[in-house]
Amino acid sequence: MTLDEFTRALSPLFPQTPPDAFSPETDFKKLPEWSSLLALSVIACVEDEFDILLSGDDISKSQTVRELFAAALSRKS
Amino acid sequence: MESPFSLKNKTLLVTGASSGIGRACAVECAKAGARIVAAGRDEARLGETLSALTGAGHAIVAADISDDAGLGKIVSAVASPLDGIVHCAGISKLRPFAFSAPKNLDAAWRTNAFAPVELTRLLLKKNLLAGGASVVFVASISGRHVAALGQTAYAASKAALCGAAKAMALELSAQKIRVNCICPGAVETPIHKLSGMSDEQIAADKKNYPLARYGTPEEIAYAAIYLLSDAAAWTTGTELVIDGGRTLL
Repeated sequence: MTLDEFTRALSPLFPQTPPDAFSPETDFKKLPEWSSLLALSVIACVEDEFDILLSGDDISKSQTVRELFAAALSRKS
Repeated sequence: MESPFSLKNKTLLVTGASSGIGRACAVECAKAGARIVAAGRDEARLGETLSALTGAGHAIVAADISDDAGLGKIVSAVASPLDGIVHCAGISKLRPFAFSAPKNLDAAWRTNAFAPVELTRLLLKKNLLAGGASVVFVASISGRHVAALGQTAYAASKAALCGAAKAMALELSAQKIRVNCICPGAVETPIHKLSGMSDEQIAADKKNYPLARYGTPEEIAYAAIYLLSDAAAWTTGTELVIDGGRTLL
């Protein structure tokens, strides 16, 4: 799982945000689509795509996609 | 004279007894005088439950109810007809409907609905459920009364359990076996963090409760004691909502 793969997997969950505007530096919780339901979708998507189970707290503690990726990596090990 | 809520001289099977509501049920039912067969997946945590049980003659059985071998192991551990069963084993994994594929629905169905019903059936077929016994399913307000985000699989499994319970209550009444559900609101157990909720989400969710908190596992156990006891001899096919007022809103 690379940062690029991770970012590209999450991008479709934010349909109002063009893919080229969704990057590792994106503060994803500030995007207009963000909701509690989307938080659960992120967890489900990461589990389905990468077999890594993020927690609700991982989402709370991450600001950017890059930070979320780091949380996913630490869950993996 | 013994209290009508006493469980003295009753032998009960409690599933999910390694933690949460199941552990509280095992502990409180033992305090009420019952002999407990405590089933759960985690042998170490089951051992902790066992040491917390007052009285003597209790047993533990480490088994995973989500597979047939596990169900068989539990049935084999029951030596004599049970006076009651409290089905507390259950899982909750929050997943938006769009991500609830068949395998996700299956997992919830298997543990939360199929296993408790099938376990009861296996015990019945082996004559391990005494006449006059009481079967208690721990279901949920989710699926029956309310919904919450990410609960398609969970709500479906809990509503299925409640449906099965009513049909079972009707048929088993011939043997004076009673079947009832407890429908709790959210209870303070590890299930919420395991399901994917964050601390913030849990804090926000508590505001949905008129009594301003989640329930304690003991508060569900006390309801189970009522349903298992002779005090509930005329109670069958019902769903006891214990939810801090959640369903008022």
